[in-house]
Amino acid sequence: MMEFFTQTNLGIALTITGQVLLVVVPLLVALAFLLYFDRKVWAAVQLRRGPNVVGAFGLLQSFADFLKYVVKEIVVPAGADKFVFFLAPMLSLVLAMVAWAVIPFGDGLVLADINVAILFVFAVSSLEVYGVIMGGWASNSKYPFLGSLRSAAQMISYEVSIGLIIIGVIISTGSMNFGNIVAAQDGMGIFSWYWIPHFPMVFLFLISAMAETNRPPFDLPEAESELVAGYMVEYSSTPFLLFQIGEYVAIVLMCALVSLLFFGGWLSPIEALPDGMFWFLIKIFFFFFIFAMVKAITPRYRYDQLMRIGWKVFLPLSLGWVVLVAFFAQYGAFWGTYARWTVGG
Amino acid sequence: MAYDYTRSVKYFLLTDWIKGFQLGLKYFFKPKATLNYPHEKGPLSPRFRGEHALRRYPNGEERCIACKLCEAICPAQAITIDAEPRDDGSRRTTRYDIDMTKCIYCGFCEEACPVDAIVEGPNFEFATETREELFYDKQKLLENGDRWEAEIARNLELDAPYR
Repeated sequence: MMEFFTQTNLGIALTITGQVLLVVVPLLVALAFLLYFDRKVWAAVQLRRGPNVVGAFGLLQSFADFLKYVVKEIVVPAGADKFVFFLAPMLSLVLAMVAWAVIPFGDGLVLADINVAILFVFAVSSLEVYGVIMGGWASNSKYPFLGSLRSAAQMISYEVSIGLIIIGVIISTGSMNFGNIVAAQDGMGIFSWYWIPHFPMVFLFLISAMAETNRPPFDLPEAESELVAGYMVEYSSTPFLLFQIGEYVAIVLMCALVSLLFFGGWLSPIEALPDGMFWFLIKIFFFFFIFAMVKAITPRYRYDQLMRIGWKVFLPLSLGWVVLVAFFAQYGAFWGTYARWTVGG
Repeated sequence: MAYDYTRSVKYFLLTDWIKGFQLGLKYFFKPKATLNYPHEKGPLSPRFRGEHALRRYPNGEERCIACKLCEAICPAQAITIDAEPRDDGSRRTTRYDIDMTKCIYCGFCEEACPVDAIVEGPNFEFATETREELFYDKQKLLENGDRWEAEIARNLELDAPYR
């Protein structure tokens, strides 16, 4: 029986499909509750109760919303490029999901254990901007177009600093594989994770991640007070739902990246406790909470402020940090904290 | 020109963000201001002007004497009254209609009324599915009066010292 799943073509295809479903289905179910959690946090900070009618404590709110979106009418604006109009939301969802292929949930618990995992995630998340641009352009409408233009500029700007921050981590590890990056952070529990040697970059990465995923305070592409809903204005029903899910999958992906790169992924914070997927999920949840809180407490940046932070603050800082880390790693400064090479070196 | 370094330091140490986060957390754990409306309701003043009602005397006789002061004062002209003497010689209304879609809930009718017959009760949940249901007639108003009499009487008593 095992041979069927490991030797024959059909068996291998079935195995892979099963593995993919094993990641995607729990991810989407978890996402429904994270969406609910996001709204609850937002409401709590504003002294509201948030969704509390559907199911116990409103826990099933996301599923009710899902049903509502699915049964609504799809409106296609006149003059819209139909093919691109429908391609855009699918693209943004699929690309957001694809990146999860290389995210490990535990030691070896990964769909595709490739050596260039970080590059893969980076490449795929860069492509996500296409969903937004295509959606805004194909709508043949003013607000979506403005929103997608903003989004394009914003995502490109912040990808630069995200890339540089990641390079710092790669230099420290000598590998682009998430497994190796986490392994390099093993040792003294919470104190051996990369957040201490790469301390300023943790915040830079978090903030860039917010800009990259169009979260407040960088939600200019959908700034509801100026652009109504940005590139999503003309979308309704299921395509809108796809955009929404894609956005949140990307956010959770960023939370996962922060925990993998700087907070030791599935490693337990206390040496004595066993490592495991549990810790990874806890960390993702924690960073999602930070994302939700930031949404609740920060006002939106002006467009020129956004660009100024991206190019005049984040880029020099992260670039300087890469140079600094390279020196530290080469000369083994700080007892080799910056040069924990797991391969090569 | 002297450069304000404290501002830069604060900027890079994210002091504003940390303060904001603390404030956000403080509010996060505060009791919520929301009322779960159909289950919880806010307090109403005795003067609250809600749905209209025609009251009766304790012996069951209707109070309204068809003086038509309310009809005269109604700024929205929502009240229509017809009257003729009853068999026992007393003057009573044969028709007392309020168009609730016209009413602006100003409360002039209850202020004009010399016998406290027409009053605006504490009920504000009288939404209907059709427009016609909001054209109240005398029977509906008297029914409202019977239904809300206890609360209306208490409210009038509470508000009496300030009239």
